[in-house]
Amino acid sequence: MSPPLPAHPLANYLIQFLGSALLMSAFAMLALRRMTSLVRIFALQGILLTLSTLAVAILSSETHLLFSALFTFAFKVLLLPAILFRLLNRLRIQGEVEALVNVPSTMVLGLAIVVFSFTLAGPISELASTVSKGLIGVGLASLLLSFLMMISRRKALTQVIGFLGMENALFFSAINATYGMPMVVELGVAFDVLVGTFVFGIFFFQIRETFESLDLKHMDTTSME
Amino acid sequence: MILTAIVLCPLLGALVMGTVGHRKGADALNVLFSFLTFGLSIVLAFLVFTGGAVTGGAEQLYSDGFSAIFVVITGGVGATTSLFSLRYMAIEKARGHLGAERTRLYLTLYQVFILTMLVVLVSNNLGILWVSLEGATLATVLLVAWTRTPASVKAAWKYFILCGVGIALALFGTILLYFASEKTLGPGGTALLWTHLNGVKTTLEPTVIGLAFIFFIVGYGTKVGLVPLHSWLPDAHAEGPTPISAVLSGLLLNVALYAILRIKVLADGSLHNHLTSRLLLGFGLVSVLLASLSMWRRQDIKRLFAYSSIEHMGLATFAFGLGGPVGAFAGLLHMTSHSLIKSAIFFVVGHVVQTSGSQKIPEIRHIGERTPALARALTIGGLAITGLPPFAIFASEFLILSTAVVRAPWALPPLLLALLITFGVVFRRIQEMTSGAEGPALPSSSSPPVLTFYPVWIHFGLALVIGLFFPESLGRLYHSALLSIGLTNGQ
Repeated sequence: MSPPLPAHPLANYLIQFLGSALLMSAFAMLALRRMTSLVRIFALQGILLTLSTLAVAILSSETHLLFSALFTFAFKVLLLPAILFRLLNRLRIQGEVEALVNVPSTMVLGLAIVVFSFTLAGPISELASTVSKGLIGVGLASLLLSFLMMISRRKALTQVIGFLGMENALFFSAINATYGMPMVVELGVAFDVLVGTFVFGIFFFQIRETFESLDLKHMDTTSME
Repeated sequence: MILTAIVLCPLLGALVMGTVGHRKGADALNVLFSFLTFGLSIVLAFLVFTGGAVTGGAEQLYSDGFSAIFVVITGGVGATTSLFSLRYMAIEKARGHLGAERTRLYLTLYQVFILTMLVVLVSNNLGILWVSLEGATLATVLLVAWTRTPASVKAAWKYFILCGVGIALALFGTILLYFASEKTLGPGGTALLWTHLNGVKTTLEPTVIGLAFIFFIVGYGTKVGLVPLHSWLPDAHAEGPTPISAVLSGLLLNVALYAILRIKVLADGSLHNHLTSRLLLGFGLVSVLLASLSMWRRQDIKRLFAYSSIEHMGLATFAFGLGGPVGAFAGLLHMTSHSLIKSAIFFVVGHVVQTSGSQKIPEIRHIGERTPALARALTIGGLAITGLPPFAIFASEFLILSTAVVRAPWALPPLLLALLITFGVVFRRIQEMTSGAEGPALPSSSSPPVLTFYPVWIHFGLALVIGLFFPESLGRLYHSALLSIGLTNGQ
């Protein structure tokens, strides 16, 4: 590992900007109703991740991060959104809108999460030696925001986007805390996410076949002890 | 070498099942592969206990005494379950419940599931451990939804989402661990290898490790079924096919707790306080209490025993929280005996449900008159799981309670109450089912299908041997296993 370059203020601003954009996108996911917009936001998150990985790679001269950035682009900007859009098409739910209750209170809860995450991540950031150590809190906040989205939404597809959002946040945290996990682990995680997305896809069809809707409220009426 | 073989065997099995799983006789091939894996696991245990820990695959694979014990349990229960599922599936097939394609899916995923659990156990890399524990969820989630009934699809979705969330939190824990270790071990491959981490555990930054452990216990604890993260477990156990309930309960929960214990060893080295033990104690005790209270009103036989699994995993967690040589020993013994007995109970329950055509307890009556052998097996299972002597769970529960007297006397009254409740509930339900009290009349059914009992008797027999004689050699083995990972250190 070469010593980090003397931080160029502009590059630092860029990293900070990308981090805050990622946080914004996590908030946007909480409030968006339309399925297609959700997938688009997910793709946008992929682009932000790619750019911030690229920026960290250049600033810290960690060459393996260039590969990570390329991989992220292929996986999270091209492949996964393509699969998701295809699913939307095949299930004919592009235009579907989810009725959301209580967006304002979810947002307030989200703000509390951000404050909490930054408090928790503060001491860790001080220990970090990466160029983008201030952003560990952003990673944790996005993780918990996606988590909030998963538990507050009632559509199968929204929960999946929340799941993928969590994975994005984890990747972002790893990049900013430690310049990414070892390559073999990162590939393994990506493999799991890919398989998981396929399993989700299979599930969508099973759920719709069984409940004639992808809205999980129909599931709630299934009697289980 | 042996480590590579033990991973390749189920992998090959999965590939073979994927190609020929729909043909006749594939299920016998599944049994063959499962027993081959079991054989390899015994070889591994022999090598480890005679020659010390083994490493393989460029340090990515590693097994010490502690993991070797779990490898043998996984191999063994995996093998007997494949035997049981031979008969179970034959009955399902005869009733037209499944076609060739579904059989292929089942057999392939069964091998994949065994594969992922073995990788968790023999992986030295804590990142790979995470990847394959997530893989175990992915493999079983389709198996839970395998019957395609609305309830099973719902159960599988719940399982998928909850364990997905849990495991994501554990990945954050892994990132924090890597963050702490990278400072001493340097970036790159070695900073997540358990053997290297264990060497430098005292130098890891305590604030980071403490936070990481919390993420780990919440994340992997979801998979162990610790309350309050347990709500997927009863549904997944009840709605999946019964052989899968047996391996979920007997193996997957163990493997997840194993992962927590590995991390606990590292965290204890760094923290020098009681944080990890107290967390385990707390989660364990709450799980035992809530599970036993939930068993009270359960009307579904598979759910009843699923809650009993939560209770027993809670007890094992509690035992490791007590710590010390006896506490850890009791925990390990409890996990072993629970694996043996609970999987056998699910074998019996599978046949009970098949012969009665329902898994609702009020609809299951007169087992004793229809199939006496089944009633006997169910009663013995009840004796064994509620911790009556002379079965193994009695021994481990006795050790746990006597350690608790010294180390956490305040926990005794709730623990005893919980054990008493489970005992009462399980016995009352079993008695209702085997006799015909207040139930529908004995149906004049056609001759019941041929059932298989020898996997059940093998498991109960082993549990009896452990409980009655507890071979001294086994005791030494367990102690050396706990020593090899360093779990015997007291508080």
